[in-house]
Amino acid sequence: MNKVNSNREGTHYLNPYLGGVLMGLLMIATVFISGRELGISGAVKDTVVEAAHVISPAAAKAHPYYGQYIKEGKSPMDTWLVFEVLGVFIGALLSGIIYKRVRKPFVEHGPSISSKKRLVVALIGGILWGFGTRLGRGCTSGAALSGSSTFSFGGVMVMLLIFASAYLFAWLFRKLWT
Amino acid sequence: MGPLFPNGLISGDWNLVIAVFIGIAFGFLLEASGFSSSRNLAGVFYGYNFVVLRVFFTAVIVAMVGLLYFNYFGWLDLSKIFILPTFLPSMIVGGVVMGLGFIIGGFCPGTSFTAIVIGKLDALVFAVGLFIGIFLFAEVFPFIEHFYYSGNLGNVTLTDVTGISASWWAFGFTVIALAAFWASWLIEKKVRKRIKEYKF
Repeated sequence: MNKVNSNREGTHYLNPYLGGVLMGLLMIATVFISGRELGISGAVKDTVVEAAHVISPAAAKAHPYYGQYIKEGKSPMDTWLVFEVLGVFIGALLSGIIYKRVRKPFVEHGPSISSKKRLVVALIGGILWGFGTRLGRGCTSGAALSGSSTFSFGGVMVMLLIFASAYLFAWLFRKLWT
Repeated sequence: MGPLFPNGLISGDWNLVIAVFIGIAFGFLLEASGFSSSRNLAGVFYGYNFVVLRVFFTAVIVAMVGLLYFNYFGWLDLSKIFILPTFLPSMIVGGVVMGLGFIIGGFCPGTSFTAIVIGKLDALVFAVGLFIGIFLFAEVFPFIEHFYYSGNLGNVTLTDVTGISASWWAFGFTVIALAAFWASWLIEKKVRKRIKEYKF
């Protein structure tokens, strides 16, 4: 049971169409209850704003980007998205436990690259995502998935661009994955 | 009736408690669908695993159609829900940058979080990158502020921009999704024959 790549184990996943239907129903419930939608990257932004605010409250308040998210008497992390993302960690852990996918820390990578290289490209990918989500007003969850589902023009645009761009660059980075 | 919170039917505190439960369901579905593996996710771009496309588009069309029904039956006032605003130039660049990040990093933000909790170090490093990326964005923000706010169309929907009704858009997306499910099934069958070291 100690193989490096979980995929080789033939681990069990939910039927993708069932997963999709349940996720769609979850989005309807979210909109119905909260009037807003699922998201992820906004919570990371809230955390960065909080960090900036803790390190230097005055500088963060005066900052043109951080400043707009800092309100008197309220932590920048006291947001709906931060609570939701907290749940995402719990939910993923539950699923990981149920499907027996939780294991000792390891690096998953394609067959043609080393663990070290995987970590380097993961960091670069994360930085690009962090930057991109701020320009795109959300990530795959908040902009693409939720935005498209609520017929937002920008949401559909971002969804198409994320996928189109990844397909466009896929050939260049094929060594990472195949 | 709905949306409940904007209509004052539940309090702000309850809204946050519910947010945790919504997150639990979201995280569970992402992980259970196999989104906690970068190799599963990247598969959609090389034709060996279309799980992303299947889950994503099924979710979008179910939500689209469902929201229209809720609106039609008067259960939900769609004019009171949040519509992601559109800022053309910055969101176009943002989308392209995220796509590049996807193919290099193998995760998107939410999927990386689900991978962290099942022990994937590459996901943890990716998430560290997210924080760095947002910090860098804030650092250069004064120089790109004008670009960031340019081309503001407001909180516009597909219908606002095109004049085509939401029902037709939902129908169109459904047809495209079904065609994509069928096409991806054919492609996947072909590509999987020549992929090594990967169990499906």
